[in-house]
Amino acid sequence: MPANSSESHASDARPTARNAAQMAVRTAQPEPGSVKPDAILTIDNVSRSFGGLKAVDVKRLEVQRGVITAFIGPNGAGKTTFFNLLTRFDDPDTGAWNFNGKPMQDQRSYAIAKAGMVRTFQLTKSLGKMSVMDNMMLGAKNQSGESLSRALLKGSWRKQERRVEAQATDLLGRFNLAHMRDEYAATLSGGQRKLLEMARALMSEPELILLDEPMAGVNPALVQSLLGHVQALRDDGVSVLFIEHDMDVIMGISDWIVVLAEGSVIAEGTPEQVSQNDVVVDAYLGTSFAGATGDGARSSEGDEGNQQ
Amino acid sequence: MSSFTSLIGGYDISKLLGDSLRAGVNVQSAAFALGAVGLNLHYGFTGLLNVGMVAFMAAGSYGMAIIFTQGLFGGSILLGILGGLVFATIIALLVGIPALRLRSDYLAITTIAIGEVMRISFRSRRLLDITGGPFGLPSIEDRSADISLADRIGRDWNPFFSVDDPTKTFGFWRLDFDAKTLWLMIIGWTLVVLCSLLVWKLIQSPWGRVIKAIREDEDAARALGKNVFGYKLQSLIIGGCIGALAGIVRTLDSGFVESNQFKPQTTFFIWTVLILGGAASKWGPMLGAFVFWFVLVFVEEALRQVIINADDMVWMGLEANDVGRMRLIMMGIMLAALMIWRPQGILGKKEEALLDAR
Ligand SMILES: Nc1ncnc2c1ncn2[C@@H]1O[C@H](COP(=O)(O)OP(=O)(O)OP(=O)(O)O)[C@@H](O)[C@H]1O
Ligand SMILES: [Mg+2]
Repeated sequence: MPANSSESHASDARPTARNAAQMAVRTAQPEPGSVKPDAILTIDNVSRSFGGLKAVDVKRLEVQRGVITAFIGPNGAGKTTFFNLLTRFDDPDTGAWNFNGKPMQDQRSYAIAKAGMVRTFQLTKSLGKMSVMDNMMLGAKNQSGESLSRALLKGSWRKQERRVEAQATDLLGRFNLAHMRDEYAATLSGGQRKLLEMARALMSEPELILLDEPMAGVNPALVQSLLGHVQALRDDGVSVLFIEHDMDVIMGISDWIVVLAEGSVIAEGTPEQVSQNDVVVDAYLGTSFAGATGDGARSSEGDEGNQQ
Repeated sequence: MSSFTSLIGGYDISKLLGDSLRAGVNVQSAAFALGAVGLNLHYGFTGLLNVGMVAFMAAGSYGMAIIFTQGLFGGSILLGILGGLVFATIIALLVGIPALRLRSDYLAITTIAIGEVMRISFRSRRLLDITGGPFGLPSIEDRSADISLADRIGRDWNPFFSVDDPTKTFGFWRLDFDAKTLWLMIIGWTLVVLCSLLVWKLIQSPWGRVIKAIREDEDAARALGKNVFGYKLQSLIIGGCIGALAGIVRTLDSGFVESNQFKPQTTFFIWTVLILGGAASKWGPMLGAFVFWFVLVFVEEALRQVIINADDMVWMGLEANDVGRMRLIMMGIMLAALMIWRPQGILGKKEEALLDAR
């Protein structure tokens, strides 16, 4: 962990940390690899090639604690691969990263999740032949009944099981899935699976959550409430890093944006800074977005990245 | 008890039903049920493709037999059984540690291989003093104390055995059994029930939730912080030990071990039992074993009677001594039919089988 973030971030500072963190990140330089006032995740030289294709090649990236960071870039830019590397679902060719000051590059993926860095998948992984409720309850951390030695001693985990169930019921309600709790997860629609996957990840009460296109395929009204939920998470002190293509969503809730193209970070900044960055407009946003926000009138044809 | 005969036009219906039922409840059937209970934990709940259940049975049988014959623990059957379970655990670790980290098909290859490796090594003349090599251990006897396993379990420890009337049988009709068979049937089926309940209780716990999640999608479980490898290893060991009990029950019944008892086809019979009864169900393995043996003997006996009653004792080109081979063919056809019309097995959940199509 770099010196600038090694100050203690005691949890008693959390209630007021919200605005402070959001304000703090705005003081960071709007350039690739810029230093953040209080980074929860710092990444150095992470690279991964598939054959001749260098899918990811990130020199330096810091993710600010307690804010919503958006991760954007054209299709095939390497965003999902980058998430896979950070959570060790894929093996990097090179690279090191610290989460909360602890090196993570040599950890197994389950240990990374246990440490508090939890991800969702772009292609949802619902546990089809388990009920929606079981999907949710699986997510909870530190369940004593999950150890073989205590599995048969129902008395030792019954109470915790009830607590976990109450927590799951509450989250299902917030994700509009309460009525599906006893259905098999395989019977959910595509959008509902996205919701379930995100809700399930939240069951583990992560410190940093990595969401891969959480809003893709979710209907607009629900997107609004989900955005509210993501903001509430941030207000509770959770750091959010999410991949998204919908510019309204990105501009609406992110505190900081990282732009990836061809595997490398080409720009960073606040939403305003990024939307005015010529490199980003060329590589990803296209003119229609720039035009829509009244920021520029450059003409260019590519705006596919903008579509969902 | 006397058996009555009901001959209908040369067909012996009483023998047909009686022999089939007898096979369905016999010790061999209980052993297969146990193997299927272990496999149910592996495949039905954890999604592990174990194609070498017979390796665990061999570990149990040989483990117990070797400890007993070598007089290692004063010829104690219970310690012999414990030894068999320890041997099965070692096999599970040997197979699991390298293969469970890889994709699921590697476990299939490794398990089928270890079964054959064990069978062929046990046959080896180099192990003549331990496993009996190609001859096996025809009578499992404690060398120091001079007791045979069969006598210990069948006489000394058998509440049904009486010295005054050693050939006394129990039961009725064609379902009468000698004291040793009855005793082992009770031991075998009790173990089946206990192991089924054990697996079911485990599956109903949070531990079981993780196990089922691994079956559905390993990566999802990993992403939620579950040590997938550790859970798979635990499942392999527990199911493997239940498989070892299957071998142990069979050996207690037969009183001898021999490498030919552990050919790969035993593994496939156990798979048939599980799929027939219904994978991931509570009592499927138990019912599956009963139905498997009932149908197997029923088909065989029916075919034999048809052939005997046919002109020249030839029916559709089949003679009486073809029957043994035909029963396996019939079993294969039945399994294929089951897969088409009832893929969830007898007790499996239909909804779950249909979910795969989505
Ligand atoms: N397992 C793999 N084998 C070979 N190439 C891969 C593999 N995974 C990803 N790639 C390649 O790496 C590049 C980055 O893919 P990635 O999935 O990370 O893109 P992305 O930024 O998430 O795109 P999208 O926005 O479409 O989801 C693509 O060119 C892809 O073809
Ligand atoms: Mg992607």
